[in-house]
Amino acid sequence: MLDIKNVVKVFNPHTINEKVALNGLNLHLDEGDFVTVIGGNGAGKSTMLNAISGVWPVTRGKIEINGKDVTHLPEHKRASFLGRVFQDPMTGTAANMQIEENLALAFRRGKIHTLRKGITSAERKFYKEKLKMLGLGLEDRMTSKVGLLSGGQRQALTLLMATLKKPKLLLLDEHTAALDPRTASKVLEISNQIIEEDKLMTLMVTHNMRDAIRYGNRLIMMHEGRVILDIKGEEKKHLTVDMLLEQFAKASGDEFASDRALLSK
Amino acid sequence: MDFASLLNAIPGAIGQGLIWGIMAIGLYITYRVLDFSDLTVDGTMATGAVVFIIALCDYNLNIWIAMVLAFLAGMAAGLMTGIFHTQMGIPPILSGILTQLSLYSINLLLLGNKANRNINTRNYDVLVSMRDAGKWAIDNPIFITLAILIVLIALLYWFFGTETGCALRATGCNQAMARAQGINTKVAKVIGLMVANGLVALSSAMLAQFSGTVDVKMGSGAIVIGLAAIIIGEALFGKLCQNFAFKLSTAVLGTVIYYVVINLVIQMGLPSQLMKLLTALVVAVFLAVPYWKNGLPAFLSGFSAYRKHMEKKEAKKNA
Ligand SMILES: Nc1ncnc2c1ncn2[C@@H]1O[C@H](COP(=O)(O)OP(=O)(O)O)[C@@H](O)[C@H]1O
Ligand SMILES: [Mg+2]
Repeated sequence: MLDIKNVVKVFNPHTINEKVALNGLNLHLDEGDFVTVIGGNGAGKSTMLNAISGVWPVTRGKIEINGKDVTHLPEHKRASFLGRVFQDPMTGTAANMQIEENLALAFRRGKIHTLRKGITSAERKFYKEKLKMLGLGLEDRMTSKVGLLSGGQRQALTLLMATLKKPKLLLLDEHTAALDPRTASKVLEISNQIIEEDKLMTLMVTHNMRDAIRYGNRLIMMHEGRVILDIKGEEKKHLTVDMLLEQFAKASGDEFASDRALLSK
Repeated sequence: MDFASLLNAIPGAIGQGLIWGIMAIGLYITYRVLDFSDLTVDGTMATGAVVFIIALCDYNLNIWIAMVLAFLAGMAAGLMTGIFHTQMGIPPILSGILTQLSLYSINLLLLGNKANRNINTRNYDVLVSMRDAGKWAIDNPIFITLAILIVLIALLYWFFGTETGCALRATGCNQAMARAQGINTKVAKVIGLMVANGLVALSSAMLAQFSGTVDVKMGSGAIVIGLAAIIIGEALFGKLCQNFAFKLSTAVLGTVIYYVVINLVIQMGLPSQLMKLLTALVVAVFLAVPYWKNGLPAFLSGFSAYRKHMEKKEAKKNA
């Protein structure tokens, strides 16, 4: 369960660059909800995921994960509940470290770091199996530095790291946007497979309306730091891109024209 | 020029280089592993010796205990820089400078307001001494320092393979990733700074024994010497092997080469006060190499982009 209650985030308050990125955001996710998130550029999608992750403190409001108030928890403490994949493939992994070392760090997410070995041979076997399931041949390159991998491989690895220890909530922020179309759809397929298998509660931001409609059991649209549209169940199954654009027009009023261009079909 | 005296200078230079190599390893941890330019070392490189000489000469402590105390003093210096940076939001370089400045006062205070102090090496059985550098004996400082280096590198190799060590490496590599994986990056940086400065102080304590003297200025420019050593090591041996223990060893080799070259150049008549200037310039050039490598093509393509832009403008005008 995720509860975002009246969250406000103001960047650079009391300056000329003041920006209200989240403006009284409310959102409730049930166990197992796979929610796709769309919205124009600057709508506050990334800011919402960063607020949940605790990248910085929010200005106002409350965030609960499975009933636990995490609003004032620092980022590294929230990490034990969360799996995250970022838009930039460079962000999610440590380039100078080996593939298996990256996985080992993810495996220890939320645990206290001791002076025990950073990776054991039993773990290696487990990682090998997991890497095989990605179907990218990474299982034969476990001691390669992650910096040598392509963007798509890095995103797939980050996804695996995010879900290696089942997170309470998976946050995907346009995680295929930087990839070429073929790689993007492959990474998306892998994401969907993992989410469905583990029944992960997920927020997936995408700029692609078709993907937003195809995946997940629920779709939300954000605009000016709020959720302006929330479609679930049967209604979502029959959704089309045109219906979505129409809804968007209604919900966001005159901003429609400028924002439409930013959402690709 | 006397060839024999040139040759005679070499063992001492190697000993000096190996001892400074311990400090280069400390710097490798902050500069390369943590990606933190830590200027604390210029102060720590004197503090270790100061604490050592007081423990040895004023309190008559065992030499090993005196060295451990020096190590702990170095860790305290690292802690101070770490707190400046992680708890007070001061940028890395400034945090180091603030600690370095504080240490200058502390060092003077501890030395009783004197700028230097000698260890009477006849009264104390020091571990490493310059006098023994040319001897073919087991207490030659080169052998003893090598043994200590092997132990230190082995310990560090182990440490950076532990969960904590991996967390430190991840922090130095990618902080966003480290935090997303639940690593407290502030704690990681503080631990790294403490370990590194502990090593620098240990190097300082050994240098005090080696030269028989402690000087509040003995650490000035240490960071540049350390960087020179790391850069020399990487330039000569960096391509050979990616193993962490090997990389630490190349920093030590770099320091040895640095001191041998410096000593030879001085023996050949170059005024010794020019050494720091030369070192600084050489380091500056080496640090610039990656920038120049990327910079030159970008600079040129900037030209061609400008030309294209002007051509387009021209074409528009004509159309
Ligand atoms: N760290 C920051 N500092 C200042 N402004 C920010 C910051 N992060 C985001 N913003 C601003 O907040 C608004 C929402 O941004 P974001 O959440 O990234 O939008 P998107 O929906 O495209 O992901 C934008 O106007 C952006 O410029
Ligand atoms: Mg975004």
